[in-house]
Amino acid sequence: MSPAEPVKFYQVGSFAAGNRLVPAELRTVQADAARTNSLTSGHRACQGCGEALGARYVLDAAMRATDGKLIAVNATGCLEVFTTPYPETSWRIPWMHSLFGNAPAVATGVAAALEARGRSEVRVVAQAGDGGTVDIGFGALSGMFERDDDVLFVCYDNQAYMNTGVQRSGATPPAARTATTEALGPEPGNPFGQGKNMPALAMAHGLGYVATATVAELHDLEAKVVRAMELRGARYLHVFVPCPLGWASEPADTIRIARLAKESGLFPVFEAERGEVTRVSPIRHRVPVEDYLGLQGRYRHLFGADGSVARPDIVGRIQALADANIARYGLLEP
Amino acid sequence: MLCQIEGSRAVADTVVACRPEVVCAYPITPQTHIVEAVGAAVKSGALAPCQFINVESEFAAMSVAIGASATGARSYTATASQGLLFMIEAVYNASGLGLPIVMTLANRAIGSPINIWNDHSDAMAVRDSGWVQLFAETNQEAADLHVQAFCLAEELSAPVMVSMDGFLLTHAVEQVDVPTQAAVDAFLPPYEPRQVLDPADPASIGAMVGPDAFEEVRYLVHLRQLQALDRIERIAERFAEAFGRRSGGLVTRYRSEDARVVVVALGSIVGTLKDVVDVLRERGERVGVIGVTTFRPFPHAAIAEATANAERVVVIEKALSPGVGGILSTDVLSAIAEGKHRVATVVAGLGGRAITERSLLVLLDDALAGRLEPLEFLDLDRGVAERQLARLADVRRSGAIPENILRDIGVTGFAPHLGLAQ
Repeated sequence: MSPAEPVKFYQVGSFAAGNRLVPAELRTVQADAARTNSLTSGHRACQGCGEALGARYVLDAAMRATDGKLIAVNATGCLEVFTTPYPETSWRIPWMHSLFGNAPAVATGVAAALEARGRSEVRVVAQAGDGGTVDIGFGALSGMFERDDDVLFVCYDNQAYMNTGVQRSGATPPAARTATTEALGPEPGNPFGQGKNMPALAMAHGLGYVATATVAELHDLEAKVVRAMELRGARYLHVFVPCPLGWASEPADTIRIARLAKESGLFPVFEAERGEVTRVSPIRHRVPVEDYLGLQGRYRHLFGADGSVARPDIVGRIQALADANIARYGLLEP
Repeated sequence: MLCQIEGSRAVADTVVACRPEVVCAYPITPQTHIVEAVGAAVKSGALAPCQFINVESEFAAMSVAIGASATGARSYTATASQGLLFMIEAVYNASGLGLPIVMTLANRAIGSPINIWNDHSDAMAVRDSGWVQLFAETNQEAADLHVQAFCLAEELSAPVMVSMDGFLLTHAVEQVDVPTQAAVDAFLPPYEPRQVLDPADPASIGAMVGPDAFEEVRYLVHLRQLQALDRIERIAERFAEAFGRRSGGLVTRYRSEDARVVVVALGSIVGTLKDVVDVLRERGERVGVIGVTTFRPFPHAAIAEATANAERVVVIEKALSPGVGGILSTDVLSAIAEGKHRVATVVAGLGGRAITERSLLVLLDDALAGRLEPLEFLDLDRGVAERQLARLADVRRSGAIPENILRDIGVTGFAPHLGLAQ
């Protein structure tokens, strides 16, 4: 089977399918010619950027869900830099960037001001990469969660500090090569640790809504944004966004890699309310983790020149992580 | 209305009268009484629809204020010492974004060693942040400065920090005429933001600026600060007309016109210095005081004018730039004509050490007699310092310096690592 075939099959059979197959009211926001284009064209993201794709879908869906009454707060990072090189901006919605670690708190301030000024119909989305979420912004995020401030916080997780040149973050997976976890020594790449499971941490705060999504299933991503905007209080959305630059992958493989992350079990896609998982997106066609890893240069040290697995010990440990996710979230259940 | 009231409470009541819309609070001594009282006003419903947010850090406190101010809400917080340092990234950000946040700084020392008492190290640490920095001499002035601070901040679209000495002012109960709601309403117009996050008129705030424009952006921040000099005086005059008392302004001058020796200082020590000046004046000595109410922007012209006739200028500093000495005195030096005066820096009152009238009298006698070194440390026990220096030269692992000094002066007595118990 050539690598292209599963993708083709998926485009027919999944939510990523063409809108012509679904009723008009279920079509994507992006299919609507009158969509906001919250993040409009001309920005400076890399080719194949998962974050730019994810942010466009998230914000356009949020704009439609709030009837255009939306303010976005952005942490420092790729999304901030590639959209607003002064004096240009790609944002067609009110948008603010303050600092790297304070987006959750700035968003709290925006929501508080709207409440104080009698404008609580205007809603607030805060967004950050994984560094701004799980590392430097974690304290502020946990505070915002605990207070249940009326903010949807979206993490675009590309698993490292890409804007500064691909350094390890608290969300970098085991064995991945980054500029600070080089593919050297007996255990190349990022060490195996406990990981920082941000969706689980969000659930532990008892939030009204926590969801994960990938840029491979954009209908699903939009639906989760819409669901989140139906609710008040703190909500959390964790979006898996491949990064061709940092992952040393082909720009054309961004969607495929996102899909394989889910289909391998490495990235569980689910929704949770008040700390309990309420819906899981099941794996449709389970794949071994090497199918996912093999498309990415950051795992090249695990493979031989012919593409065969050269470090079965390490790949086995990664497979065990996927298997644990599958068991924990019931990803293979119908 | 005149009442016997704690300084913190007087400030809190005044802030409430300014009708803030978002207040963020994180506890740090000696600022806590202020936000406690504002929080109670919000909780009671008296300040509705104001939002009072208990945040998880000072970094979040300033960040919430940033978001709220950018969304058009009058925003306030208070902090001190380590708290100011923890929020410092957001302090710079608020100024760069031109957000008219008002913050009370209950001045306190910075560790290590940890110390909760008063000095001005915290305010000095943010002197280049682009905030307007005002210093209150009394609790009356501390209260009044907050009304003026909101006015100034919103006129300029720049943040304003009101410094009041921790404990010396924040916890002192004295008579204060707390501005009434009606008077504040008449003085302080509603906040009209210069730029606001609004779906009806989408703007991108906080864009990245490269070498092509950054210098001009910073230059404009400098110009904005210079404009403040003028506005601060005008607001203080308008305040005097409305409230019948003088508070704020750039500098306060006390018996300085014909003074041979002029003392320059910030904050509540100016009051003590006025008493010392009175004593010396009775003895026929020509001594005067200049209180720097506006520290940033620095009132160069006002300082130059006020010191023009003096032979000597003594700057009392409640802060120290290690390796340099004075901080305020470098500003004073830059303000006065080069070579015209002898300027002495006197570091005093660090970490809450009392600055007594007696010590100041000795100091000013020395100043009058021309005996002051360019850098003096008031009431420094050199013997204690020398013992520690000798210990450091003797034993590599000679223990923690603060503990050794406390033992030397008899506060604690056990030192097993030195093999000596007293």
